[in-house]
Amino acid sequence: MIKFSSANIRSWALLGQRGTFGKTVFDLAGENEKIIAMTADQAALIGLGRFEKQYPDRYFNMGISEQNAINVAAGLASEEFVPFLAFQAAFASMRCADQAHVAMAYMKSNVKLVGIFTGLTQGECGPTHLGLHDIALYRTFPNITVLSPCDATQTVKMMIAMAENQQPTYMRIGGPNNIPVVYKDDFDFEIGKAITLREGTDVAVIATGTMVYNALKAAEKLAENGISVKVVDMHTIKPLDVEAVKAACSAKLLVTVEEHSVHGGLGGAVAEALALERNKSPHLIIGVSGDYPHAASYPYLLEQAGLTADQIALKIQKTYEELCK
Amino acid sequence: MNDTQKISKAAIRIRRNIIDMTYHAGAYGAHIGGGLSLPEILATLYLGVMNVSPETKDSETRDRFILSKGHGAIALYATLKEAGFITDEELSTFKHDGGLFWTHPCKNPRCGIEFSSGSLGQGLSLAAGIALAFKRKNNPAHIYVVIGDGECDEGSVWEAASFVSHHKLNNITVIVDENKLQLDAPTKDIVNKDDLTKRWQAFGFDTVQADGHNVESLLTAFAHHSEKPVAIMAQTIKGKGVSFIENNPEWHVHPLTQQQYEQAMKEQEDD
Repeated sequence: MIKFSSANIRSWALLGQRGTFGKTVFDLAGENEKIIAMTADQAALIGLGRFEKQYPDRYFNMGISEQNAINVAAGLASEEFVPFLAFQAAFASMRCADQAHVAMAYMKSNVKLVGIFTGLTQGECGPTHLGLHDIALYRTFPNITVLSPCDATQTVKMMIAMAENQQPTYMRIGGPNNIPVVYKDDFDFEIGKAITLREGTDVAVIATGTMVYNALKAAEKLAENGISVKVVDMHTIKPLDVEAVKAACSAKLLVTVEEHSVHGGLGGAVAEALALERNKSPHLIIGVSGDYPHAASYPYLLEQAGLTADQIALKIQKTYEELCK
Repeated sequence: MNDTQKISKAAIRIRRNIIDMTYHAGAYGAHIGGGLSLPEILATLYLGVMNVSPETKDSETRDRFILSKGHGAIALYATLKEAGFITDEELSTFKHDGGLFWTHPCKNPRCGIEFSSGSLGQGLSLAAGIALAFKRKNNPAHIYVVIGDGECDEGSVWEAASFVSHHKLNNITVIVDENKLQLDAPTKDIVNKDDLTKRWQAFGFDTVQADGHNVESLLTAFAHHSEKPVAIMAQTIKGKGVSFIENNPEWHVHPLTQQQYEQAMKEQEDD
């Protein structure tokens, strides 16, 4: 039984999302002998060493063969194992998209695919390693749940839920080591049920993943300027909590923020959900747009993309003031 | 009648049914060419090799079959009919709107279809996962995967082959349907694979040659057990059994006119 003590929450945050994945899959494997850990030559980056030592016969390093990895996981799932398979989001969303489509979506294989280094996290490696299209791909597939945890605590919550259900799932994890903490204490988590982290009336921000923390910080800044901002953590992209999206339209301006392409991601999902609604707010989609950035450090690329808390606050303020003219 | 004869007779019926299904599929026809290279392979597997039947279809220890060359589904359906999984009536719904049986197999445990396929190069990876699970559970069941020679263009076949031999998954048997034609032209003219046997050997498989249209030859090949995973290199003829379809790349997907249908049926032996 994994404890959500403040000590654990602190140590998960220090590990970051990848390290937390490695630690949690190890902890889950101790409770459930069906759990299998798999990667495509990324074990060192997600801390699977301990798992390999303790459970060598439930650990598979697939090598650099992502297409094979998905289907081997599907084969294991067909025999009731629960494979957690983790490697770069860039490759998880593009290199083996067809395998995910056939085995996970079409055949409904209970594979838990985890895309690491989402968004701009691995900016040093350049555009080949950016995970900016994974939400866009996976949310179009039937039968696949798409999860996007905002911090390490939520990653653990999600993995517990994933281990218990039979749903083919894609979870995207990114952000820095020593990731900011959004959830300092234990909290109620349910796949598909968005969490309102802050109430506000002027602007409603629906954020996902690493951008939840930045949205909260942006909301604080906007409050100083007299703009009241609601912040919703949309940790499940699919199935989308449509009720939460509709409720957010009570604000004058709706904003979505994601570390993902502005095309086809959370912003797209929210816009689709509202397309036929009469009572909806103007919708500002904040994410990564434009040409591929040149390789650079993660913080630098976040700033280039306009995704720091200050930049998000400024964009929201400008749009809101335009709207109120 | 001994087993070999029984299986050979079933293969004749499968071939007749493939011709019949193609004719009744209408103007768009069906994947008749690649279908006709499979009857002896599938009849031998289902009636002579695999531990699987409608009675044991829920058994943990049943053998598993994956048609990685999913476009051979027409032959699989006709074989599942011979094995008692589906009825004549069901078979006659091939390519009917609202029906179950179309160009590629769609997972359906009741009908004995264990996995969906259609996108090439994926069956062996799936088999590898199942084989790992069987080893872990001490399940003695075996997994048979039919892969086309054209399909061996796909890099993912070789990712899977490396993995299978690394993990010594000798509970998998690959059958390579070497009919030497793919959709557009002879395989040797598209991307030459004259050395296909050597490739499987280089990837750690024990290879066995078989005449893919001779049940006795196939049974001997299937009886070959090895420490290594086995790849049976089944030499086949695309369109086998119909003179105007044999070795003719135009018949990858094709309809049959009434005259062609009658001619094709006339060429079949009695079962």
